[in-house]
This record gives sequence, structure tokens and C-alpha cells, in this order.
Amino acid sequence: MKDASTNSILRADHINKYFHDPVEFHVLKDISLEIKKGEFVSIMGKSGCGKSTLLYILSTMDTDYTGNLYLNDKLLNAESGDELARVRNEHIGFIFQFHYLLPEFTILENVMLPALKLGKKNREEVEQDALDKLHLLDIGEQAHKLASRVSGGQKQRVAIARALINSPSIIMADEPTGNLDSKNSDNVFNILRDLSHKENLSLLVVTHDEDFAKKTDRVITMEDGRIISHS
Amino acid sequence: MNWPVILSISKTHLLSRFKQSSIAALGVTFGIGTFIILVSFMTGLNNLLDGLILNRTPHIHIYNEIKPSEKQPIDYITNVDAAINKIYSIKPKWSQERIHNAVPLLNHLIEDVRVKGIAPLVRAQAFYSAGSLQINGVLNGIDILEEVRLFKLDEYIFEGDAQALKRTSNGILMGIGVAQKLSLKVGDNVQIISSKGDVFPLKIVGFYQSGLAEIDNAQSYVNLKTAQQILGEGESYITDLNIKLHNIEDAVPMAEEIERNYKLTAIDIKEANAQFETGTSIRNIITYAVSITLLIVAGFGIYNILNMLIYEKMNDIAILKATGFSGRDVKYIFITQAMLIGLVGGVLGLIFGYGISTIIDHTPFETEALPTVKTFPVNWNPVYYGIGITFAIVSTFLAGYLPSRRAEKIDPVEIIRGQ
Repeated sequence: MKDASTNSILRADHINKYFHDPVEFHVLKDISLEIKKGEFVSIMGKSGCGKSTLLYILSTMDTDYTGNLYLNDKLLNAESGDELARVRNEHIGFIFQFHYLLPEFTILENVMLPALKLGKKNREEVEQDALDKLHLLDIGEQAHKLASRVSGGQKQRVAIARALINSPSIIMADEPTGNLDSKNSDNVFNILRDLSHKENLSLLVVTHDEDFAKKTDRVITMEDGRIISHS
Repeated sequence: MNWPVILSISKTHLLSRFKQSSIAALGVTFGIGTFIILVSFMTGLNNLLDGLILNRTPHIHIYNEIKPSEKQPIDYITNVDAAINKIYSIKPKWSQERIHNAVPLLNHLIEDVRVKGIAPLVRAQAFYSAGSLQINGVLNGIDILEEVRLFKLDEYIFEGDAQALKRTSNGILMGIGVAQKLSLKVGDNVQIISSKGDVFPLKIVGFYQSGLAEIDNAQSYVNLKTAQQILGEGESYITDLNIKLHNIEDAVPMAEEIERNYKLTAIDIKEANAQFETGTSIRNIITYAVSITLLIVAGFGIYNILNMLIYEKMNDIAILKATGFSGRDVKYIFITQAMLIGLVGGVLGLIFGYGISTIIDHTPFETEALPTVKTFPVNWNPVYYGIGITFAIVSTFLAGYLPSRRAEKIDPVEIIRGQ
């Protein structure tokens, strides 16, 4: 993968990771992968195969690994924690299995916070952006409710809106439908696919849901810390 | 650093758990409030007690002391080898009791920039005549207006007033102890017998009470001229000069200067009243020790509450970090909360302390010793309010620092994986 094309968003080179506690365990074995602009990629695998661990490394939250990680062709390994936080803020949108909203803030505030942190726009512009994203995801009318007061499916859509707010280079999702019923699951999938196609957004989704994975552009299958197939 | 965001997150955290935040703030409020009450009341009392003596004590007291010559005639012989001079029964050298050339000396000293004012004094031994009895006493001839200006004599006059003495040339401002012994009231006449046996009728214009029985039972004030007449001396007869300085720290060097230049005895206030400073500083230490203890207790309360808050907010911290808030941002979010608690609690504490101090200031406090004091003394010095709020903010910062450091170091992956 040395001849990286210019539209490479995320590239991982020979990533290895060990857990040291309670016993030495080689959890990721020589992982290399690349995600291009507008690609909708899923990582499949059984529980414990290391797919979530890989996602945390790719999302820059976990820095305890060897190998090289590039985002927009920029090497991230040597960056400080503060700089990585800035990179996450600006370039990576994150969606978790559990909705992970701040319960004491309103839906709107939850969506606005990453953009306020980025500080590139003033409060009014950020608020307008956030409302636009919420309307895009069809929950605009809930904007002023507290995050703890809406249903699970709605929460996940809020989380997607939050991931989109800074127009990131890539959106990463960890079992985004794992906690939802099939109707909401389909709903979330359709939203993500639309984003990928219409907005030309890169998406990387970790899932053990085969139906979900099959519908994506490319499936990376993992087993015992290795990638066993790209398809 | 993006302060508006950090502040708004802190505010939301605090307001969404209003009860807990209020309890934490209340701890600070009581700490600071108690500090203000204690310090205002204690220093008020200190000033009152110190004032009792120190206001009335000149910074430098000049007089002519009757004492033996330090260098006896035999000491002038220098060619005696291997011999020791021993003189028995040394007597004081004859000299006058008054200060020599007191008026020119006064006029000269008053030009010194360090001097706030000089009150001349004529001290006269006399007897108060009470029928067949004669009570021993001391008459102080004074310039009443200077005494009021420099030594606050008026604060100790509880019947009659200082101006009356100025107006009445044969007036006397009598110690309350003497007056009670003689059953006298303002407006009565009293006979004074000088040490030479002359009788002077004086009119009582007021009573004063210093709070020190020894003084009140013997001492009275008259005009300078009256005292000079009783002694049968002229206008230049002055026995003491009491100097008040602008800065009390100048007292020691200036007293030395005067002793050297004029061959007079000059006692500075530090020499005369060393024990008062000790008492004051010990009372201050007690005040601060109690207040700091209270604030430490309040600080532990805040530490506890923040620790709990951070445990509860593990998820939030993980989300914030995952969405791009750095560890430092998270640390500041929690430190800001601690300091907001400190600021709000501190300001309420100042108000609380001010309120209670006002009540204390209006509480009746009548004592024999202090005739002009009707309520408990309170020191309204705004510096203590500044110290109070600084204390509040610094102590809550320290209490918030450790829990916030923990929040800074929380690994979001562990939290998210743990779900």
C-alpha cells in the first residue's frame, strides 16, 4: 500500500497491539487496511476477534500500538494527546453502540458541542448547522428536549448528527445498530448509506450483524486478530 | 482553550445537580462567613483593647528624668592603671523637673516631617480636698484640643465635653474614681490643694474614665495654664512632651535621636508597650487558624462531591474525549466547577458574614471600662473581604485539582469498552 492514491482517507500500516494484563496477548496481528473517499466499509468478525480494538486504534483514542496510522496522508503516531483530540474533533465522527449522549444537555446542545469545541464558527452558525443536521435526520422537532428524554432510535440519530456536525473526513461506528430493533436498525443503515452516497462520506462500521455488513461496499472480515478477507 | 464551551458545560453540570452543588457551596459559605465574622469581631476587639492603651500612649514620651550622672567625676581620671573605681551612696544630680527650653524645643520638633503632633503636659502633684480628708492626686495640665486630636481623649469623656474645658479657664476634667469618692457631679466646684499648700477652687466640666482604675482614682485634667498656676510657675514650665508620629515605626530611631541631641529621656512606644503587640498577634493567629480549619473542612466536602461527580460522569467524560475534547479540556471543566462553587459560596459567605457582623455591631455591649462603647466592636476593613474571597477560590481550586486530574487521565476506550 506504499503507492497511496490521493483519495485515501485512512490508512493503517502493519498495526500490532498487545494486551499486557492479565497475561501477554497478541490481540491485533499485522493489520493493514485503507479506506478511500466515499467508501462504506464494514469490519465483520466474532466477538473477541479484535475488531473493536482496531476501531479504537483507527479512531486515535487508543495510542498503545505499533505500526503506522495515516489520516488524510498525515502520520498520526507521533502526535500528542491534545493534538489527537483536535484531529478527532475536526476529522473523525464517532457513533457508539450505546447512544452516549450527555444526558443533562438538550439534543441540540449535544450536537453543537463538538463544533463549539472546534471553534471555527460562532454560536449562531453552529446552532443553525446543528438544526440542519437534526432536520436532515428527521428529529429537528426534538431539538430542545433533554437527551435523556428521547427514545433509543432517536438517540442514535442524534449521535449521527453529532458525528456529522464538523463535516469530518470519516465517520466510524461501533455496532451502531447493536442496541436497536430491526426497524430502527434499517433506519440507521439507510441514513448511513445515504450519507455515504450523497455526501461522498467515508464510513467505517464495526458490526457482527451479517445482514448489515452485506449491504456495505466492502466487508473486512477478521478472525483472531487478523484480517482474513477483503471483499 | 475554548472557555465559553468549558464554562457552559460546567454550568450545566452544576445546575443539573442543583442540590449537591448548593450543599458544596454552602460549605464554603459557612467557612468564609465564619472567617469574616471571626476576623471582623476579633480585630475589632483587638483594636478596641489596643486602643485602650495605645491610643492614649504617646509614640514618644519626652521628659527630664531625675537620675545620677552616668559618668561620675572620678571616671574622668584616665591615668589610673590596674585600679577599680568604687563609689558608694551616689545621689542624683540636682536638676529641674521641667524640660529645659521646652517651648523652643516643641516648636523645633513639630517641624519634623515624621511628627503628627506634640501635646505638652504639665504634671502637678496635688490633693483633692474633701472636707477633712485630702485625697492624693495628679493634675495633668494639657492643651485639650491637641489631646483630643492626637490621643482621642474625647472618647473617654462620658459626661461633659472636651470643649467645655477649653472654654472654662478654671475647669477640671475629673477622673471618675475621684469624683465618686468625693460624690461630685458636673458643675460642682472642687478645692485643689497644691503641694505648697495653696488652695485653688476649680469647676468640674466633665468626667473621664480611662478604664484603668489606678488612673481614674487619681488623675484629672486641667488647662495647661491652670496647672502652671497651681505649681506657681511661668508659661514656659512644661514637664512632658507627648509626641504622636505619622508612622509608629519611626518611634525607636527618633527617640534615640532626641535622647542624643537634647539630653532628655525619650521613651518610645515599643519600649513602653511591648506586650500589646504580642497579644494582638496571638489573637490574629487564633482567628486565622480557626478560619483555615473551617475552609479545609469545606474543601474536603468539595473534594468528595467532585470525586463522586467524576465517578458518575465517567460516560460523559468518555464521550467528551471521543468527540474531541482533550484531557486538559476535561480537567478544566471540573476545575471550573469547583471554582464556580467556591466563587458562589464565597460571595454568599461574604454576604452572610457581613450580615452577622452588622448584627454584632448593633448588639449592646456596655462596660465600665469603656464608657463611649455602646455595642460590640466590629472592624469593617474591606481587606478581610478580599482575603475571604481569595481564600474561597484558592481552597476550592485545590480541592478540585486532584479529582480533575483524575478526570483528565481517564481513558475513554476503557469506559466505552466496559459498557
